Amino acid sequence: MITTLRAFMVKELRHILRDRQTLTILLLMPLVQVVLFGYALRSDVRDIRLVVVDPSPDYATQELKARFTAGRRFKIVAVAPSFSIVQPLFRQGKADVAVTFDPDFAEHLESNEPARILLAVDASDPNTGTTMQTYAAAVIAEYESELKQRKGRPVMIVPEMRMRFNPSLESVNLFVPGLIALVLTLVSALMTAISLSREKERGTLEILLVSPLRPWQIIVGKVLPYLGLAFANVLTALLAAWLVFHVPFRGSVVLLLAESILYSMVSLAIGVLVAARTTSQRVAMLISLMATLLPSSLLSGMIFPIASMPRLLQVISNVVPARWFIIIARGIMLKGIGVTYLWRETLVLAVMTMFFMAVAVRSFKPRVA
Amino acid sequence: MTAPAVFARDLTRRFGDFTAVDHISFEVATGEVFGFLGANGAGKTTAMKMLIGLLAPTEGEARVADLDIVTQTEQVRCRIGYMSQRFSLYEDLTVKENISLYGGIYGLSDSTIAERSRNMMESLGLKDELVGKLPLGWKQKLAFSVALLHEPAVVFLDEPTGGVDPITRRQFWELIYAAAARGTTVFVTTHYMDEAEYCDRISIMVAGKIATMGSPGDLKKKWNVSTIDELFVRLARPT
Repeated sequence: MITTLRAFMVKELRHILRDRQTLTILLLMPLVQVVLFGYALRSDVRDIRLVVVDPSPDYATQELKARFTAGRRFKIVAVAPSFSIVQPLFRQGKADVAVTFDPDFAEHLESNEPARILLAVDASDPNTGTTMQTYAAAVIAEYESELKQRKGRPVMIVPEMRMRFNPSLESVNLFVPGLIALVLTLVSALMTAISLSREKERGTLEILLVSPLRPWQIIVGKVLPYLGLAFANVLTALLAAWLVFHVPFRGSVVLLLAESILYSMVSLAIGVLVAARTTSQRVAMLISLMATLLPSSLLSGMIFPIASMPRLLQVISNVVPARWFIIIARGIMLKGIGVTYLWRETLVLAVMTMFFMAVAVRSFKPRVA
Repeated sequence: MTAPAVFARDLTRRFGDFTAVDHISFEVATGEVFGFLGANGAGKTTAMKMLIGLLAPTEGEARVADLDIVTQTEQVRCRIGYMSQRFSLYEDLTVKENISLYGGIYGLSDSTIAERSRNMMESLGLKDELVGKLPLGWKQKLAFSVALLHEPAVVFLDEPTGGVDPITRRQFWELIYAAAARGTTVFVTTHYMDEAEYCDRISIMVAGKIATMGSPGDLKKKWNVSTIDELFVRLARPT
């Protein structure tokens, strides 16, 4: 029994190690994804949330406010007379840019003195911060030149820039748990489905089924090497997130790794199931992409919050394993909570694993009915 | 009296309304080379799949190596070898790696595997290279030898020489004879009628039934034909 399983797993490992190109891609994928998603898929620079601090409203501050809201880019989330409102809003991540006018803004403009504006930007993400600052400065500059034309004399608006750093607004923090889910799905479901359906297509599976290997041994032998690969991927993703983006890790690493293995098992079971039910590698690949990767990225809450989805999609998201894993991973990594708060999600994943494994082993019966 | 290596009585398999194998009965003696002939769709692959435990019979019974194929499937699996019509070794593994995989699956010890793979590679004249790089004929000979690695009582060959040149086919049959001489029962399906003549006994299946069975010489006398080819055409396409 043990020799049998061992021989089969050695063979699986050889397949994986011999296919250097695929292996390289699989090992580098988490790294590339973390970096790409981290930089590219960050907070949107279209809906910049603006706080206006206007101690003495006058025609000029009203006009400039109107300029900011005229485009789609800025939306004013708060107007207040004093700067003290800005700090809490930044800290809670409810505002991106604060525009603070001098108390006598219009008077200075009239008397040809420099009219000052303080432009504070949340730059927890330096790229987005710079972009937002540029947009805001452009709006002010445009208003300045418009005034010049209207009044037929030079006016002076002097914006003063401030970058503020707010560690709690890191969007990449929210992405990393989702990315781990995505990478695990890809390696686990897709690769198992492909490698198992390849055996089917080439006829080697028939030989295995005729041999004393039992279906569960074939499945375990297939799954374990990929589980190892998935494990390596989680470590890479975490390391990249920590080194490149300084994503905090507040909870237990051991717990997260254990949960990752549980989540991999769900995906592996789905991969086996897909391979058992399809006849060719190509179909198996497409179906596992459709059935796992798309929902895992779109319906899991990784990119789009579940709360803002249409009701039907919210219901569907309940059967997407990644949804539960992302809740778990975010809880552990960002909130530092333990299994006492996450047992429900863990249970959902465990039940899903058992369900899919059972169905997969059943579909894998050597005797076709 | 020793039990037959393969025994079938009223073995039947239906797929819905279609009866692929219709109450076939036969016996194959130990060490015999038994040719299982039939046109495409006559039901020979279905019958073979039942004997090797890939398909459950609808009716009837069958024993392989004196073990019941339904109730003792696991034991049967250890006593048989199987080579399918498709080449079925792993092309991205080397000769030795393939051998040790199947040796391990059948529970052979590492030293036995090492010894047998050395012998096998020597007698086939193979180096330890990637199987994917071997010519087809060699692959087939290797696949056959691997099917015999665990010294099964019965080896099932499903059209083993498809697409292989005549010289390699001849060499392949020499391997079959050598295996039979060592006491392995060989159960082989084929489309080549010259190969049918090499068998100790043959059966010809037509539409799910065994139309005739016997040694090639007896059958030719009985049906008054000069070749098995002629007999096959007459049975498979009745006028």
